[in-house]
Amino acid sequence: MGTKAKGRTKKNSAKGATKKAARKAVKRRAKRKDGVIDNGVDVAALLAAREALTAAPEGARFKWKATCDWVNGTHSRSDVKGFFGLGADQKHRKRFSFETDHPEIFASADNGATPVELVLAGLAGCLTAGVASVAQRRNVQLNSVKATLEGSMDLQGILGIDGDVRNGFDDIVVSFEIDADASREDIEAIVAQSQKRSAVYDIITNPTNVAVVVK
Amino acid sequence: MDEAVPVAVVGAGHCGLAMSACLRERGIEHVVLERGEVANSWRTERWDRLRLLTPNWLSRLPGQRYAGDDPDGFMTMAEIVGFIDGYARAIAAPVRTRTTVTKIERVAAGYRVATDAEALECRAVVLANGACGVPLVPACAAQVPARVETFTPLRYRNPEDLPPGGALVVGASATGLQLADEIHRSGRPVTLSVGEHVRMPRRYRGADIYRWMEELGLLDQRYDEVDDIVRARNVPSPQLIGTPEHQTLDLNALTAIGVKLVGRLGSIRDGKALFSGGLRNNCAMADLKLGRLLEQIDASIREQSREGDVEPSERFPRTTVDEAPALSVDLTDGAIRSIVWATGFRPDYSWLDVPVFDHKGRIKHDGGVVAAPGLYALGLTFLRRRKSSFIHGAEDDANDLADHLAAFLESTRSGPSKGTSQARSRAR
Repeated sequence: MGTKAKGRTKKNSAKGATKKAARKAVKRRAKRKDGVIDNGVDVAALLAAREALTAAPEGARFKWKATCDWVNGTHSRSDVKGFFGLGADQKHRKRFSFETDHPEIFASADNGATPVELVLAGLAGCLTAGVASVAQRRNVQLNSVKATLEGSMDLQGILGIDGDVRNGFDDIVVSFEIDADASREDIEAIVAQSQKRSAVYDIITNPTNVAVVVK
Repeated sequence: MDEAVPVAVVGAGHCGLAMSACLRERGIEHVVLERGEVANSWRTERWDRLRLLTPNWLSRLPGQRYAGDDPDGFMTMAEIVGFIDGYARAIAAPVRTRTTVTKIERVAAGYRVATDAEALECRAVVLANGACGVPLVPACAAQVPARVETFTPLRYRNPEDLPPGGALVVGASATGLQLADEIHRSGRPVTLSVGEHVRMPRRYRGADIYRWMEELGLLDQRYDEVDDIVRARNVPSPQLIGTPEHQTLDLNALTAIGVKLVGRLGSIRDGKALFSGGLRNNCAMADLKLGRLLEQIDASIREQSREGDVEPSERFPRTTVDEAPALSVDLTDGAIRSIVWATGFRPDYSWLDVPVFDHKGRIKHDGGVVAAPGLYALGLTFLRRRKSSFIHGAEDDANDLADHLAAFLESTRSGPSKGTSQARSRAR
């Protein structure tokens, strides 16, 4: 699995980025004319939480939860709402649902992303959140961040054609295009630190014990 | 009746002896308890080919400087033992050799120090028994198949100790790299499991890397000046080796001789060692960090207008990582015959029966002032300064803590009720 960081200077910033991201970048530049670095991350709160959980490590024990209902065929709906942390049950602001299915070339109805695409989305979301947080902590203004992910997979694995081929991704490449007021090296360091602190990156790159039980 | 001695120093290595010199200078009566001979760990717990990572000019103790003719060289174990032994004699340290501390506990007067000889009653105790007493081994070591022989650096002496065949070296600090290098060169193909690491060239712009780090003040950086001291104390030792050739030993050098790099060891399952897929990022981080260090050195040279006096600036090639490093290695097929755990150490305080440990079993201290009155630690990684675990780091730390200890003895002489906080502020 590799992550390619691509740092760019202000001059060519709009070139490859989508129009929407470019518009946002312009907006952000206007917003921070007063010189305040603002990536929308409350670093003070994060640091306070870190300090609090250092003192009370039991509060750091979290349980993330999801439920999944089969709809039909390969189509399922997963929901997340509650989780446990800071010693108590917690709730998201609202219930979030994720439809998963397989595309039509697998003779499915394509009612949602494939589960493996959700994994890519999870990785991208985690790394990108990390980039924003680390950049904020390092006083680097981000103008736009775009991650493009590719996970390679040989279907001979899940189809049981070749026992030597694994089911999952054999390789994941994450390419970041980042427009920030920082040198390329600083941007690379931010992306590296984001990987170092990423939960999903760890989940994907390291083995995890999984217990699947039938109630 | 226990023998009353004001201060006991545990360990007659460079730290314990530096403390002994500092105590003597302050007229404080003490004994140094040593389980074996002076410089015992250096004599008995190091591999044959090891030399100090720091050059000779950095080998100094209170009142003793390196006096040989090779200031840029690196001491062998025999040489460092001679250096420390000579120091013990020069300062006439009150060392009791072959005296093993078996238990230290709180008593009304301070501490009762039980040994395999007589017990002592002391008002203060200095723990100078070394940072590397117990090799750390990951929990998954319990899953290693029986046919694979395992070694820690305390047990390993030379490659011939290992069975013929492949070896898995876990850990990429100075120890891991040095052992991977010599084991691979002995004809045992090495797979090296690499987590977070610190990459450093031996020499840069014509001088040893430690010359620059010392000039930049990095080695003197204090524990209360760094951002995150817990993290700083957990940074692995830099990938360095001390050789007469001033060789640089990095991952690229190992790859060049055929060592296979894999990611951090995640677990051992069904006889297979599973490695992280994050190798590339760990290498990228180390490369970036090295770049920042070299930039700092370059900037300092520029600012002092010394460009003409030193060799030109250079940058080293990035660490080469395979397109697809192996994610697992089968430990049952006979290809890997041994595993060497170069996964760090912790100090051995198993005999310290005083509640001064945090939830992870680490001793709680503020720059060596342990969380119990009159108890001190020396020689731990980044104890008071980045150099605390270096030979030359003992001097400043021992001086600071001897000041604190003297104030503590003074303040408690007339009774235990006053002055501990006053004593505490002295070492700041």
